Amino acid sequence: MTTASRATRILGVATLASLAVTAWLALVVSPADVNQGDAVRLLYLHAPTAWLAMYLSFGVTTLASILYLWPRTRSRLWDLVAGASAEVGVLFIGLTLAVGSIWGRTTWGVWWTWDARLTSTAVLFVLYLGYLAVRRVPADPLVRSRRAAIVALAAFIDVPIVHQAVEWWRTLHQPATIFDERRLLDPRIHGTMLWTLLLSVVAFTLLYAWLLIHRVRLARMEELVDDRELADALAERRAEGAAATSAPDEMPGLVPERSGAGVD
Amino acid sequence: MLRDAGLVAAKDLRVELRSRVATNQVVPFAVLVLILFAFALDPDRGILGRAAAGLFWVTVLFSAVLAIQRSFAIEADDDARDSLRLSGLDGAGVFLGKAAAVALELLMLEAVLAVGVVVLYDVSLHDGALLVLVCLLATVGIAASGIVYGVVAAGLRVSDTLLPLLVLPVLAPVLLAATRASEAALATVPGDAWPWVRLLAVFATIYTVFGVVAFGPLLEEA
Repeated sequence: MTTASRATRILGVATLASLAVTAWLALVVSPADVNQGDAVRLLYLHAPTAWLAMYLSFGVTTLASILYLWPRTRSRLWDLVAGASAEVGVLFIGLTLAVGSIWGRTTWGVWWTWDARLTSTAVLFVLYLGYLAVRRVPADPLVRSRRAAIVALAAFIDVPIVHQAVEWWRTLHQPATIFDERRLLDPRIHGTMLWTLLLSVVAFTLLYAWLLIHRVRLARMEELVDDRELADALAERRAEGAAATSAPDEMPGLVPERSGAGVD
Repeated sequence: MLRDAGLVAAKDLRVELRSRVATNQVVPFAVLVLILFAFALDPDRGILGRAAAGLFWVTVLFSAVLAIQRSFAIEADDDARDSLRLSGLDGAGVFLGKAAAVALELLMLEAVLAVGVVVLYDVSLHDGALLVLVCLLATVGIAASGIVYGVVAAGLRVSDTLLPLLVLPVLAPVLLAATRASEAALATVPGDAWPWVRLLAVFATIYTVFGVVAFGPLLEEA
């Protein structure tokens, strides 16, 4: 069995090709920044991973959790999609923080600063780590899925409150944030840089879709394996039981052992 | 629903009063944390006084985790959860009752801690009414969100370690808002407290509503 299909192979090739072109544009074609030099090339990794983690992944997790909780649309699939999307999101938000840290070190001179956006991203990271922890708890799958979906919703409604609190916290206490948004959204951004940035967002969105599909299919297969193993174990025990009742005198030595390993 | 809430709150408080875990363990723990902060931050350099509001609320959060764990530990003994489910009480009522019991315990704890902070950290009160308001709103928010996550973690083998991981990040905005507003009330750092008070009120309202809606189904299958 494989998690790939014709469609995902095409998607995978498209992802690789767009990532390769992005790398080429980002590292070779696009110019260095006047102020930041070559460090600006981190933008093409930092911005798409941030967009992907914070909006796409966690948006999909929230939506899938709602669809799972809603009785009419309840299906195992939504639970698996929510979990897979959150996993990809946590991975990418970790990347965003790591790359941002390296970028911060080269441009601001510090690995970390308690800027509003950095702080709320870090809180978001921990919130969804908690969600993933709930998904891995040893418990009945149905109970776990429903609790995880509720945790996803409770985390999601916390996001705007965290954002607002952190925003006030930083703006009430220090006049301006270090992060200059205008520079990122400046319409005078160099043409090649803009195109590279847009392409990188497309490439990472394709990567997200590819990872998500494979992760969901993998989770499905894990469940199938569990069901299969359970069914096999049951069949084995039944066969043993049948053998014991039909021919009890032929294998007297095995009788105590069988009675000790009863079917649970 | 409110009658059910009153019954559950009275039951939880009665259990706490008789077992004395809250008074004999949680409150001493909170006072101990205040003393530990003094060891860590050298009391003679004035850091404690300036950081008093933040240290106060961090202590409250840690103690709140213990109180929430207690609130569900008493349901785990003797299969009390099954009895609660079979009692026919309204799910929303059970949520409100448990949250109210935890909130009352925390308010008493905050009163003790406030005295401790004034005595040990050498701060003076500037606006008492504001501080009481901040404590009320923050405590309702902490108790409501805490009980929601408490039932999510309840009955799992890893609930002791899972609960802090779930609840503390969610309470990050409460810590921020309560600390800033308390600083204004203690006049350690001048500032406008009202935006923070509003934020605390919004947080408390959202999680109370969320709990009322979500608690019934969560309790059913737990």
